[in-house]
Amino acid sequence: MGRKILLKHINEPGIQGYETYRRIGGYASVEKAVKTMTPDAIVEEVKKSGLRGRGGAGFPTGMKWSFLAKPEGVNRYLVCNADESEPGTFKDRYLMEKIPHLLIEGMITSSFALGAHTSYIYIRGEYFYIVNILEKAIEEAYANGWLGKNILGTGYDLDLYVHVGAGAYICGEETALLESLEGKRGNPRIKPPFPAIKGLWGCPTVVNNVETIASVVSIVNDGGDAYAALGIGRSTGTKLISASGHINKPGVYEIEMGITVEDFIYSDEYCGGILNGKKLKAVVAGGSSVPILPAELILKTANGEKRLMSYEGLSDGGFATGTMLGSGGFIVMDETTNIVQNLYTFARFYHHESCGQCSPCREGTAWMEKIMHKILHGHGTLADVDLLWEIQSKIEGNTICPLGDAAAWPVASAIRHFRSEFEEYVKNPESIKEVNHLYNTQLA
Amino acid sequence: MGKIKIQHSKFKIIKMSEVKKIEFSPEAFELVQRLIRRYPEGNQKSALIPTLHLAQAEFDGWLSAPVMDYVASLLQIQAIEVYEVASFYSMFNLKPVGKCLIEVCRTSSCWLRGANEVVAHIEKKLNIKDGETTPDGKFTLKTVECLGSCGTAPMLQIGKQYHENLTLDKVENLINDWSQATEHSKYLDNSTFRKN
Ligand SMILES: Cc1cc2nc3c(=O)[nH]c(=O)nc-3n(C[C@H](O)[C@H](O)[C@H](O)COP(=O)(O)O)c2cc1C
Ligand code: SF4
Ligand code: FES
Repeated sequence: MGRKILLKHINEPGIQGYETYRRIGGYASVEKAVKTMTPDAIVEEVKKSGLRGRGGAGFPTGMKWSFLAKPEGVNRYLVCNADESEPGTFKDRYLMEKIPHLLIEGMITSSFALGAHTSYIYIRGEYFYIVNILEKAIEEAYANGWLGKNILGTGYDLDLYVHVGAGAYICGEETALLESLEGKRGNPRIKPPFPAIKGLWGCPTVVNNVETIASVVSIVNDGGDAYAALGIGRSTGTKLISASGHINKPGVYEIEMGITVEDFIYSDEYCGGILNGKKLKAVVAGGSSVPILPAELILKTANGEKRLMSYEGLSDGGFATGTMLGSGGFIVMDETTNIVQNLYTFARFYHHESCGQCSPCREGTAWMEKIMHKILHGHGTLADVDLLWEIQSKIEGNTICPLGDAAAWPVASAIRHFRSEFEEYVKNPESIKEVNHLYNTQLA
Repeated sequence: MGKIKIQHSKFKIIKMSEVKKIEFSPEAFELVQRLIRRYPEGNQKSALIPTLHLAQAEFDGWLSAPVMDYVASLLQIQAIEVYEVASFYSMFNLKPVGKCLIEVCRTSSCWLRGANEVVAHIEKKLNIKDGETTPDGKFTLKTVECLGSCGTAPMLQIGKQYHENLTLDKVENLINDWSQATEHSKYLDNSTFRKN
């Protein structure tokens, strides 16, 4: 069994509630932080831990925290990113639903480290039932003196609020999230200035993912070195992976960074192998935005070594033969899966979610969906496949926010690795009829 | 001269006679005041999205222009600031919807496990297409993007409730249950946000 940090107590009956959470040692990090540590000392521990942002980009958390501007007399904010809308990702939901106090505890400890006195959890609107759960947990934390004025008699004040969105993937991008939190459309801001200098209401702000903040709890409790001892190389600690698609045991798994992809897919501890004993065809390893890889490249790197579940392991080979850890949304496809149809669901997604500010993204995602639709319905030509390639290459790098890149990469990688399937699709209309019904389903 | 094509408005135009007096219930009004206090003074606009959710729950599941104007007046912002937000986010309905709004996820992980069959089944059963409402005003079907339930795919959402690991039987039962409904499906109610 791999070491667990975040999900260690997940099966404890009653862990959703305050009493049980407290009994297993909950809120110890708050006590340790506010009573025995300085904010700077906490930032140091987080730096030592090597923790990298779990929202997708993998930016070192300690470094991000040390960039926060601290002008005299200006409020600073910590905002937790619980927007979780990257297709294939459902780990933050799991954490908030099953062990809400872990996030609340992490928010208090992290807010203290950053000198924030008001913090927000921005949660996607569709997760309304989790708003109930978080609000209850926050109420319990207030009632027990972990939030509010003069926490544990140390003079530190903190208020924590949940803020709901209303359905928009782009609000996961940190500056769009801040716009949304200010009651506006979720249009990403041009950077710089970065949120660390000018964020929420123009004040210095740190935005961190749910899993990142929850990880701070054990880093403060056990020290940064203990956290860094887990994992491999610059991928320290553990990572939550949301596993879905054609596997026997979909769900959220906490892995120690560095286990092999093969082990993750086939061992009973994790995904338990491919559904119905079928063969593996392809994997999207880090949420819809990362390149798709065919079975041979996800199990082994181009050099023939076993591929590892870590930032470096998954990106080994760059975009030619590798992918990215991203948000840890691990989507598995069996041999019957039609890659063209799957790509269509992504193309439609990015078109739907583009905020429309930049023309390469707004127009490019629209055209990619249109062309995919045309191919899908049997009217595509070989030139359309080239056109798709052309369009995606012109979006990447030419937009305000990374959604443009995220829309381009799935298309590029699908064509790179599965070009023959696109050609088959446009040349052989008969095969289309068949594949349109190819849903692998357990439906009654 | 080319013809000018008139774009259909995203908003439903309503007649004067349809305009009712728009006012939140006292509990909802009080909740809005509490929500406003969650943000620093002068930033009451931050309460807009939660307030629109509440408005949708209070007024038949959708946002009419008079309802949005009312929200603008509550938050002391311009009506246009409300319209531009309401039209940006997919959970806000700018046209009436059925008592039961069925939102089926159609993205990759759900598609891999049969989402298309779920949609086809509902379309056939209710005799409507994606985006349509049944003539009796009971059901609206809407396909949506990933709802963070990919490991329990296929799934759909009705109000705040997630329905996961769907089978056609489960879908059938949901439709039967909701055909009796007298109230709109809602994302939130007065117990959603804490009282302090
Ligand atoms: C289009 C887009 C969507 C994103 N969605 C999310 C999201 O749902 N959750 C998240 O934590 N980060 C998301 N991010 C990343 C955030 O911008 C940001 O990097 C992250 O919240 C920082 O937290 P971390 O350093 O703890 O990862 C998204 C980025 C982009 C460009
Ligand atoms: S890249 Fe797309 S989503 Fe990002 S700001 Fe530009 S238009 Fe909006
Ligand atoms: S793909 Fe359907 S919930 Fe994620």
